[in-house]
Amino acid sequence: MSTITIALSKGRIFEETLPLLAAAGIVPQEDPETSRKLIIPTNRDNVRVVIVRASDVPTYVQYGAADLGVAGKDVLFEHGGEGLYQPLDLNIAKCRMMVAVPAGFDYDNAVRQGARLKVATKYLKVAREHFAAKGVHVDLIKLYGSMELAPLAGLADAIVDLVSSGGTLKANNLVAVEEIMAISSRLVVNQAALKLKREALEPIIGAIAGAVKE
Amino acid sequence: MNWLLPEHLADALPAEAARIERLRRTLLDVFRVHGYEFVIPPLLEYLESLLTGSGQDLKLRTFKLVDQLSGRTLGVRADMTPQVARIDAHLLNRNGVVRLCYCDSVLHTLPASLHGTREPIQLGAELYGYAGLEGDREIIRLLATVLDTAGVPATRIDLSHFGIFTALAEAARLSGDRAEEVFSLLQGKDVPGLAAAVQGLPAEIGAALQALPNLYGGREVLDEAARILPDLPAVAAALADLRTLADTLPGLPLSFDLADLRGYHYHNGVVFAVYTAGVPSAVAHGGRYDGVGSAFGRARPATGFSLDLRELARHAPTAPQAGAILAPYAGDDAGLAAAVAALRRSGETVIELLPGETAVEGVAFDRRIARVNDSWILEPISKD
Repeated sequence: MSTITIALSKGRIFEETLPLLAAAGIVPQEDPETSRKLIIPTNRDNVRVVIVRASDVPTYVQYGAADLGVAGKDVLFEHGGEGLYQPLDLNIAKCRMMVAVPAGFDYDNAVRQGARLKVATKYLKVAREHFAAKGVHVDLIKLYGSMELAPLAGLADAIVDLVSSGGTLKANNLVAVEEIMAISSRLVVNQAALKLKREALEPIIGAIAGAVKE
Repeated sequence: MNWLLPEHLADALPAEAARIERLRRTLLDVFRVHGYEFVIPPLLEYLESLLTGSGQDLKLRTFKLVDQLSGRTLGVRADMTPQVARIDAHLLNRNGVVRLCYCDSVLHTLPASLHGTREPIQLGAELYGYAGLEGDREIIRLLATVLDTAGVPATRIDLSHFGIFTALAEAARLSGDRAEEVFSLLQGKDVPGLAAAVQGLPAEIGAALQALPNLYGGREVLDEAARILPDLPAVAAALADLRTLADTLPGLPLSFDLADLRGYHYHNGVVFAVYTAGVPSAVAHGGRYDGVGSAFGRARPATGFSLDLRELARHAPTAPQAGAILAPYAGDDAGLAAAVAALRRSGETVIELLPGETAVEGVAFDRRIARVNDSWILEPISKD
């Protein structure tokens, strides 16, 4: 029987995927938060979970290092989705991709006057396409974390980042001024695996589809 | 660091080069015995002719330069299919069926995948001038034979049909950018994305487009499709084509995926992709592209397939190779020279040591020529 590898990232995606996997009869045998293992066995001999960084999930699945994966729409948008099937919106790890600026910064006016904004973000492609569609020139600054600091330290005028509760923005005196897109996680499938391991994958995908909450 | 190659370009070193070349010869022979004539189009052409047909999708993948003789823009071919279509349409100008094959390097500005090469060796066969399904059947069977001969048999040959998408798009008056967007969502089986993209289309067509990504699998898919897709003549005709092919290709691992389409700008009719165990993407693609020749003055029915020989060679099993034969320096020994020449004529690799040469690195010798009682004989080299 063919082995199925599922790529997941630690944290929210892993936790919220657990009930969906359970619906397919798959239970990981260790918790990645406490285990140092990167390959986690499951209750099924032919199914294993690999723990990778969220932004690496599409890459693992695209090259067949994993057959299935769960990746946020933000990550998939940056990756481009080439070579992947993304048949299911899992409705988990939901948040919003937003533009945020320091409280008191008149964003609407700045945009209207054709200012050239400096925007700090981890999501270059999302930000580039969003501002291009608005007809606004921006200079993008790629950062890898602590986005909220950039406007406070004078590095950027605005940031593009994921917002779930808005707590971090508030604590740093930033306000979200524009929603770019709603984000949730998708199930991604390697194209060749869907063809070659259809008998094994179809029941898993079907069970997960049945367990997705609206 | 002037020994470093640019990204995604690689030398084929002796072992790999030998595999590729062995495979190339074997597969070109398969083409020859099927009546496919070999052609060698040029590396460079005027950009306009390269960008007809399949080239449309390769616009950004094509290296360009300016021709100092004509001042026009030249492209380095990123795909040989438009070149072969040009040869059929304009240069051969034969009536009736023309069978052509080719094998050469193509260049891509961007690799097709992360560890993909920018210089695949494209090997393919094209059948011009025959519109019937028997033509598609011939091409699919030829591809299956090629893969079997290479030792990388097809695990699945996934058939699809452009007629279904075209019929649905026409019924919904979908065209231009919007049609292309829906097309690329279908390719990625992006059902959530499709749900958003079909808003505003007639409900029946919207539902059909969203159903296509799940229409993959065995023959039962065709019955399922007939049941749930709208009752349009072109859809029924496409499904009938797929059924006929399945009936006339027994023994091949056929399956269906009605959303597995590629080549928005040039394909039509039956298209296919071949998957093989252990390879994370399709190893060969092909299908019908009737009418591409019209850009060269003669629209002709056309179908064919191509694959990357480098990639195929990577997955092909290594045939055990006979070792080489070590010969002493012949000097003016006519007997030895004749013995060496005879062995070489029979296809053996014989390396004659030069004076002072004692070993040849990287070559596996399993026999040597030695003098026994005034005559030269072959004796095994014992492996200690």
